[in-house]
Amino acid sequence: MSDPAGSPALPQSSVRQPALPPRSCGTLPAGTVILIMALLLGLTPSTHADRYATQRTGMVQLIRQDVIDTSRYIGKERLDPAVMSVMGRVPRHEFVPEPKRARAYANQPLAIGHGQTISQPYIVALMTDLLELNSTDQVLEVGTGSGYQAAVLAELTRTVYTIEIIEPLGRAATARLARLGYANIHGRVGDGYYGWKEQAPFDAIIVTAAASHVPPPLLKQLRPGGRMIIPVGSRFMVQDLLLIEKSPAGEFAVRQILPVRFVPLTGEH
Amino acid sequence: MATVAARTAGGPATGRAPFVSVALVSGAALAYELLLLRLFSIIQWHHFAYMVISLALIGLGASGTFLALMRERLLPRISQVFVSCLALFGPAAAGCYALAQQVGFNTEEIFWDPGQLLRLVIIYLLLAVPFFFAGCAIGIALMGWRESIPRLYGADLAGAGIGSIALMTALTVVFPLQALSLIALAGSLALLVAVWELRLRWRISPALIFALMALPALAWPWRADLVVSPYKPLSQALRIAGATVLEQRSSPLGLLTVVSNERVPLRHAPGLSLQAPAGPPPQLGLYVDAGAVSPITAWDPTAGTAHFGQLTSALPYYLVQPGRVLVLGAGGGGAVQQALALGAERVDAVELNSQVSALVRDQFGAFAHGLFQNPRVRLHTADARGFVSTDRAAYDLIQLDLVDALGSSAAGLNALGESYLFTVEAMEDYLARLSPGGMLATTRWVRVPPRDALKLLATAAEALRMLGSSDPGKHIVLIRGWATSTLLVKKTVLTDQELRSLRRFCARRGFDLAYDPSIRAEEANRHNVLRRPWFHDGAVALLGNERQGFLARYKFNLTPATDDRPYFGHFFKFKTLPEALSLRGRGGAALVEWGYLVLVATLLQALVGSALLVLLPLTLLQRARPAQATLSTLRLVTCFAAIGLAFLFIEMAFIQRFTLFLHHPLYAAVAVLSAFLIFAGLGSLLANRLAIQRRARAWMGFAVIGISLLASIDLALFGTLFELFAGHVLWAKLGIAIILVAPLAFCMGLPLPLALAQVASSQPALLPWAWAINGCASVVSAVLAVMLAIQFGFTLVLILAVLLYALAGLTFPGNALQAEDPLT
Repeated sequence: MSDPAGSPALPQSSVRQPALPPRSCGTLPAGTVILIMALLLGLTPSTHADRYATQRTGMVQLIRQDVIDTSRYIGKERLDPAVMSVMGRVPRHEFVPEPKRARAYANQPLAIGHGQTISQPYIVALMTDLLELNSTDQVLEVGTGSGYQAAVLAELTRTVYTIEIIEPLGRAATARLARLGYANIHGRVGDGYYGWKEQAPFDAIIVTAAASHVPPPLLKQLRPGGRMIIPVGSRFMVQDLLLIEKSPAGEFAVRQILPVRFVPLTGEH
Repeated sequence: MATVAARTAGGPATGRAPFVSVALVSGAALAYELLLLRLFSIIQWHHFAYMVISLALIGLGASGTFLALMRERLLPRISQVFVSCLALFGPAAAGCYALAQQVGFNTEEIFWDPGQLLRLVIIYLLLAVPFFFAGCAIGIALMGWRESIPRLYGADLAGAGIGSIALMTALTVVFPLQALSLIALAGSLALLVAVWELRLRWRISPALIFALMALPALAWPWRADLVVSPYKPLSQALRIAGATVLEQRSSPLGLLTVVSNERVPLRHAPGLSLQAPAGPPPQLGLYVDAGAVSPITAWDPTAGTAHFGQLTSALPYYLVQPGRVLVLGAGGGGAVQQALALGAERVDAVELNSQVSALVRDQFGAFAHGLFQNPRVRLHTADARGFVSTDRAAYDLIQLDLVDALGSSAAGLNALGESYLFTVEAMEDYLARLSPGGMLATTRWVRVPPRDALKLLATAAEALRMLGSSDPGKHIVLIRGWATSTLLVKKTVLTDQELRSLRRFCARRGFDLAYDPSIRAEEANRHNVLRRPWFHDGAVALLGNERQGFLARYKFNLTPATDDRPYFGHFFKFKTLPEALSLRGRGGAALVEWGYLVLVATLLQALVGSALLVLLPLTLLQRARPAQATLSTLRLVTCFAAIGLAFLFIEMAFIQRFTLFLHHPLYAAVAVLSAFLIFAGLGSLLANRLAIQRRARAWMGFAVIGISLLASIDLALFGTLFELFAGHVLWAKLGIAIILVAPLAFCMGLPLPLALAQVASSQPALLPWAWAINGCASVVSAVLAVMLAIQFGFTLVLILAVLLYALAGLTFPGNALQAEDPLT
C-alpha cells in the first residue's frame, strides 16, 4: 500500500462534498501559477478530490452513452440508476496504481501488476447491472484484483465475499478496502474454484475472469433464483459476458451477451 | 575496362578478402534472426516476433546507408573497421536482447496506452544494433575487396545457410536463451579468424579489450532467465502460490514447461457442461512456449468416465460406438483419455513434438496412469497431415480437439500462422481415412460473433463437395456450448437414429444445436442464448444457395482455406476494420482481428523504415555528388529492389510447398532455407568469374531465363513428385527437395553479385547503397509474400517472383554502362 503523502485517504463522503473553489490570489496568472505549483506538489487534497470527482462524472457520462449505443444487445436503454450512482461515487483512482491514476477514469482497462487488470468502467457497470442486486443480497466475487468491483458491489448489497488467488494482490486489496471503509466486504486469499462454502448460498456470483469452464462448486453455491456473471475473453479485451440464471427449480439458463453494438452481417439490424 | 575500373577506383585494401569471417558473421546474424523469432515467440506472441524481426533487419539496411555516407573516412582504415564491427556484433547480440526483454511491451494495451508504442520503438532500436554491426562488417568487406564481390557475397549466403542449420541443431541441445551465448561466440570466432585472414599484427591491448567485451555476452545467457509477458498463460499459472515447475524442455519446435500446483491444481476442461457434477481430476499444466496449456490429467481408466463425457467434443461417442479412433495433435493426452473413457477399442495418437510425447509417456506416465502404455493406445510421432496421407488404416472417428498448428508457429520459421490442418484438402484427406460410417470431429474455442466454427463448417462442406457429395448438409452437425463448438462430419449420410441421439446428448448437457440435417429454426439458440441465432443462421446460409452472398455480407472472412492459401485463422476483412476500431473503447476490442493488422503494420513499418534509412540518405548523397551520377538512380533502385523481393518470394513459396511435402514445418523450413542459401552461394562463386568478363549483362539474361524455366518446371513437377514420393522416408524426400531447389537456387545466386560488380566497377560510391536497397527489399519481401499468399495463394507469389527477376534483368545496370561507353 504505497500512498502518496499528499493525498490522504478519501472517505466516500468527502467525495460528494461540494467542490471548494481554489483560493484566488489576485491576478489570474499568479493564481494559475500557484494552482499549478500546488497541483504539481500534490498539496491540495481538495483540488485532487475535485479533479477526480469531475473525471468520475465524465466517466459516468461515457458509460451512459455506451449503454445507449449497445441498448439493443443488452436489452435496455439505461442501467439501473442505483448502479450508475455507485459508479459516480466509488473512487476508482484509489484502486489504480499511482503512475496510472491520471487515466483512472478513462473508459479503459488498466494493468494493476501481477498480470491482472482493473476492468473497463463500462464493463464493470454492465456486469453489476446484469446481476440485478438487492440491498439484502449476499454476493460472492471470485478474483478480487484491485478490489474495485467488490467496492461497487458493496455499495449496492448487504455483504460481499471476495476471493483472490494471488496473495500480494489479495492482501493489498483487503487493506485498501478496509482503509476506504468498506466494512461489508470480506476478503480472503485462496482458490476460488470451490467458492466460499461456509457462507453459501449466494444471491449473486461474479467471476472476474473466465477459465475453461464454470466451476461446478460455484454453480452449486448459487441460490436458486440467483445470477452469475463471467466476462469471456482476454484481460484487456472482453469478448462476451456469460450470464447464468439459476431457476427456482435449480435449472440453468445461459445468455451470452455481446457488450458492443455490432452485428456480424452487413445490412442486418 | 570493367576490371581496370575495379582495380583503380580507390580501393585501398590489398590481399585476400576475409571470406571466412564474412561467412561466420553472416551465419551468426541469420542464426540471431531465427533465434529472436524463437525468443519473442516465448516471451511475447509469435505475431509480434515477426514484427520485431522485420524492423530489426532494417539495421542491415541502415548499415549500407551508413557506409555510403562515411565511405571516405572508413575506406583508409578498412581492416580496423571490419574487425571492430565483428568485435561489436557478439556483445550487441546478447546485450541488446537482454535490454529489450526488460522493456515490458504489452500488445493488448496498444489500443489503450500510447506509451506502449514508445516501448515498441525502443525494442526495435535495440534489436537493430547487432544487425547494423553485422551489416557494416559485410558491407565494408564488399567495398574494400571489390574484385571479390561475388565471392564475398557467396560466402555471405553460404554462411547464412550454414548458420540456420547450426542454430536449429544447437536448439535441440540448449535452451533458446543459452543459444544467444553461442551466437556471441560465433561473433568472437569471426573476429579471431579475421585477424588471421587479414594478417593483422596481433596487438595485445585491443585483443584484450575485445575479449573482455565478449565475456559478459558469453556468460549472461547462462545466468539469466527469460522475461515472459505477465499475461501469458504460463506466467499467470506461476503467479499462484504453490506453483512449481517440474520440468522444462526445449527444441526448435517449442519450449515445454510442466507446472504442478498441489495447493491450487490446474483444472482445464474446455466448455464443460453446466450439468457436470464435478470438474476434471487433478492435472499438470503442459505449456508450449509459455502459451496455451495442454493438461496432463491423472485419470484412472478404472474410475469411470470422469468429466470426459460432459464436453462438446464427446458428441461422436454418443452417436455411434467408435471402435478405432485417431487423435490428431495428442498434446497432453486429453483426447486420448476421452476416447478410452468413452469406449474406443483402439486409439492411435499422433503428436508432432517428440518431447511432448516423451513427457506424457515417460516422465509423467505414472501421473497419467500409464496412458501411453495402455495396450489399446498407439503413439505416433508425426505431422498430422503427413500421418493421414501415408497411413492406410480406416478409422471410425478422427478427433481434432482444440489443436492448432503449434509446430509451425513455434518453429518460428514459417510465416504468420500458416496451418495445413484445416484446409479443404486436409478435410478431404481426413474423410478419406474414415471407415464407411466414420466421423470426423473438430472442436474449437467459441468466438462471438462466430468465426472458427462457421469457417470450419464451410471448409468441410467444400471438401464434401470435392468428394462428390451433392448435399453436404446431410453429413454435417454443429453444436456449441458457451466455450467450445464441435463440428461433426460423417462420411455417409447421418441416420435418424443418430440425430435422435444428438438431441438427447445436447439436451442433457445444455449444449446448443447450431446445425444438423433435420434442424428446425426454433431448435437453435435455446441454451446459451445469443441475441440472434448467429451460428444456426450462418450454417444454414453456408450450406444453402445463398452461400456466396453470405460470405460477401459477413463481416469476417469465412472463405475456406486451401493448401495454396493455408490461412485458416485469417478472418480479417478490411471493410470491418473501421467499425471494429471505432467500437474498441465500447466493448468491441475483441472484434478487431489482430493477426492480419500486425502483418499490415509490419509491412508499413518496413516500408517507412526503408524510406527513412535508405532513400532519404541517398537523396542527400546524390545531392552531394551530382557529377558522379552515371547510373540511373531509378534503374538501380528497381533492379536491386526486384532482386531482393524476388529471392525471398521464391524462398517463402518453396518453404510453403515443402512443408506439405516433408510434413514437418521445421525440417521443411531449414532444408529449403539452407539449400537456397548454400546453392545460391555457389552460384555467386561462379558469378565471380562471369563478372570480370564483359558479358555480365548477357550472363544476367541467362540467369533470369534459367530461373524462369526452373521455377516453372518445379511448379509443374511439385504435384507429381509429391504424390510419387509421399510414402517415402524423410531422407529420400529431403533429397528430392534439394534436387528441386539446387539448380534454381544456383541461378538465383547470380543476379545480385553480377549487378553489384557492375555498380562497383562503374560507380563504387553507390555500392553500399545498392546493398542497402537489396537488404530492405528482403525485409519487405517476407511480409509481402505472406500478404499476397493470403489474398491470392503461393502459386501467384512464385509467378510474381519470376516476373520480378525479368524486371531486374531489364533494369540491369550493365546496360547504362554500355550505353555510356561509346560516348566516353
